Amino acid sequence: MSISIQEHDFDVAAEMAALRSSSSRIGALVSFVGLVRDFSQEGQIENIYLEHYPGMTEKALGKIIDEATKRWNLIGTRVIHRIGPLMPNDQIVLVLTAAGHRREAFASCEFIIDYLKTAAPFWKREQTGHGGKWLETRDSDIQRMEHWIKAENKS
Amino acid sequence: MKIKLIYFGRPREQLKISSETADVPEGLSTLADLLAWLRERGETWAQELADNRVRCAINQEFSGLTDRIGDRDEVAIFSPISGG
Repeated sequence: MSISIQEHDFDVAAEMAALRSSSSRIGALVSFVGLVRDFSQEGQIENIYLEHYPGMTEKALGKIIDEATKRWNLIGTRVIHRIGPLMPNDQIVLVLTAAGHRREAFASCEFIIDYLKTAAPFWKREQTGHGGKWLETRDSDIQRMEHWIKAENKS
Repeated sequence: MKIKLIYFGRPREQLKISSETADVPEGLSTLADLLAWLRERGETWAQELADNRVRCAINQEFSGLTDRIGDRDEVAIFSPISGG
């Protein structure tokens, strides 16, 4: 498990290569990359700004990855989340999951990004021609998380 | 009692404060009490720290309004999170 919160950009290929070379038992490697969109309900996005809670954010991400590791047989994970000023098309977040088989890798990757959206303390401010706006947790993200909680209770 | 307050997101921007150590009256026992006490600081505070607008963490754990606060606790006050 490896977590980074950083201002600078990341190289997806280099991160995948590093995780791939960590174990020869890996049969499936899944990546999710979140990007800054150029349009929101408020209009054309000029830039965004992200802040986090040093200490708590790392702990929260650690808990999320622990939970994923409990649910699926994972060989390795890598999460990078950027903070500070970002422009449309910039990379914001990377989630990599490595497992023996694709089912675990796909499911855990989706779980980690869904859980991150509702439980990792980050704050995103969008700047448009109409001014700045702090985004709030979306209902659709909360519903995604509820779906995972229900899935856990069923198993 | 002394409480370390940290602000993030919208309240941090609107209240123009990122952190402070507050000398809180002994009678305050929950997060709801603390927010009500902070709202007395003025109109912007009353607006920004409305119970339904902010979320909180005590000692870096998400916490609810009825959770108890104690001396030397670190309390974070923020708008709903939006990462990823």
